[in-house]
Amino acid sequence: MNLRSAGRTLVRTAWQAVPTVIGVILLNFVLMQLIPGDAADVVAAESGSATAESMAQLRAHFGLDLPVLQQLGSYLYNLSHGSLGVSPRYNMPVVALIGARLGNTLLLMLTALGFALAIGIALGTIMATRVGRWQDRTLSVLALLLYSTPGFWLGLMAIVLFSVHLGWLPTGGSETIGAGYTGLKHAVDVARHLVLPALALAGFYIAIFSRLTRAAMLEVSRQDFVRTAEAKGLHPWTVTMHHVLRNALIPVTTVAGMHLGTLLGGAVVVETVFSWPGLGRLAFDSVAGRDYTVLLGVLLMSSLLVIVANMLVDLLHALLDPRIQVR
Amino acid sequence: MSTPFLLDSNLAQAPAPATAPRRAEPPAPPTPAAAVVVAAVDARPVSARRAALRAFVRNPSAVAGVVLLLAMLVLALLAPLLYPGDPLDMVAQPLLWPGQDAAYPLGSDSLGRDVAAGIAHGARVSLAVGVVAAVLSLAIGILVGATAGYFGGRVDDVLVRITELFQTMPSFLFVIVVVAIGQPSVPVIVFAIGLASWPVIARLVRAEFRALRETEFVLAARSQGFGHARIIFQEMLPNALPPVIVTTSVLVASAILIESALSFLGMGDPNAVSWGSMIGQGRELLRTAWYLTGLPGAAIVFTVLALNLVGDGLNDAFNPRLRGR
Repeated sequence: MNLRSAGRTLVRTAWQAVPTVIGVILLNFVLMQLIPGDAADVVAAESGSATAESMAQLRAHFGLDLPVLQQLGSYLYNLSHGSLGVSPRYNMPVVALIGARLGNTLLLMLTALGFALAIGIALGTIMATRVGRWQDRTLSVLALLLYSTPGFWLGLMAIVLFSVHLGWLPTGGSETIGAGYTGLKHAVDVARHLVLPALALAGFYIAIFSRLTRAAMLEVSRQDFVRTAEAKGLHPWTVTMHHVLRNALIPVTTVAGMHLGTLLGGAVVVETVFSWPGLGRLAFDSVAGRDYTVLLGVLLMSSLLVIVANMLVDLLHALLDPRIQVR
Repeated sequence: MSTPFLLDSNLAQAPAPATAPRRAEPPAPPTPAAAVVVAAVDARPVSARRAALRAFVRNPSAVAGVVLLLAMLVLALLAPLLYPGDPLDMVAQPLLWPGQDAAYPLGSDSLGRDVAAGIAHGARVSLAVGVVAAVLSLAIGILVGATAGYFGGRVDDVLVRITELFQTMPSFLFVIVVVAIGQPSVPVIVFAIGLASWPVIARLVRAEFRALRETEFVLAARSQGFGHARIIFQEMLPNALPPVIVTTSVLVASAILIESALSFLGMGDPNAVSWGSMIGQGRELLRTAWYLTGLPGAAIVFTVLALNLVGDGLNDAFNPRLRGR
């Protein structure tokens, strides 16, 4: 696939994403209107006292006394200038708060996704090539168990085993506080903190990807071109890897893309378990502090993140299977 | 269990399945992408459903799932008899390990509350939230999916957009936002979970309806002058149900998981014991008394596992092509 058709795919998917982006923004505004109390209440509560006059003044200052449509206009205006409002609690722009955490969440999510894809596809391949035998049955039961286990509980049990009893890995945080590591030492330190949360987050998806890979490979392996490849006398390993697995990967990438949203949701809980300083932890703290501006900002940003990720998955599809872009 | 995802992957790649009458076609040769997804079930006569039921009953893991699920259900129903009184009451010496005191076989927490009573009463909350939230998302999903698939055209466009919108938002974050705006009570939690998880059903039902729309029995119903509502609910819906039934068990399972995560974070109903809130409270003593976290978590795993086994069994039973794999 050449660059031009890649560009065309990207433009097409970006165009298709426009209504969803508008919908996400509108829904965010509606949710904001539904919040009991408004920014004036929050500021008044923070300062500890307020008179009816000063409240009215605050409302006029924030534009809260305007008709809803005008409020929507100013919300969109602010949004187009890259502003999601100011958090009364941190007294910082929401965009800055999110920006400071986004990197950590992406690191956690991508590591978890990497673990899930690598382990899931490997297990699925083993299950498909040993279908019906004990390896397949054992791994199937294991996958079903993983699929039924809440990620946060998996994480807690992993802490008990690996941190408390064995003492191999740290219990939480994203780096050793106060150690002041730099360079390679710092990277190793972060990686050690990353292993358990990433695995806890990945568990559920390992189960999904392994079952999906197994089913897809079994389906592909019945097709004529596989029989041809076998008849040509190709090594079974070559047939499995080049003919079966590659074609089976397409549904796996689709599902991986679709689950990015749930992966982000799972990150909220896992980040809380491991005190990982990411977006999810920020969302959790903002619920505890009733800091709705931040909470809705996180919802909006993560929805946009999912949209961008889905566009990338579409692009990846076109790369994996040239037939798809023709459609 | 993997059904909804498989179905989704189908829908994501080929938004419009067959518009031609499906029953008239010979089974299409599987293509790599569509092949995984044979979960599509056609409108089948009653005898086929009886065969599906027989296949289900003969599947040992499905039966195991049903037994596990029934056990949990009995525990939930008998909780007020087995453990009368408020499970939040302090009754025992604090921090008894399981087996230490025969009166409290699963031990007690830091406030001396009986863990076994908590798990039994937690089963009520978890199962109730799971089932009611699933019913709610079924209702929304069937309504949206059936309308979109039946009418098509502009109605379809708008509804598909709305469905996509709800699928794009990270659903757990959305649930958190709704619960934070409302109050952390069981009805609000059920509403939030139902509102977040209907898109799967809507896409499923829409795909079924698009395929059924052109079939002969629907044309016959139309030519007899039946109203839209009657055609949708009496003629088409029963034929579109099998894949929906398969997905329902997964829907209940994921609702239970969402509720447990929510109450683990302390956003559950403060007046009800739930497995998630027990884990959340036990977490503070993770180093010294890990059973407080471990036991309620095991209860979640058992229940969700049972539901997934049932879902897998139903999927195999309704899809003879996948049987025996």
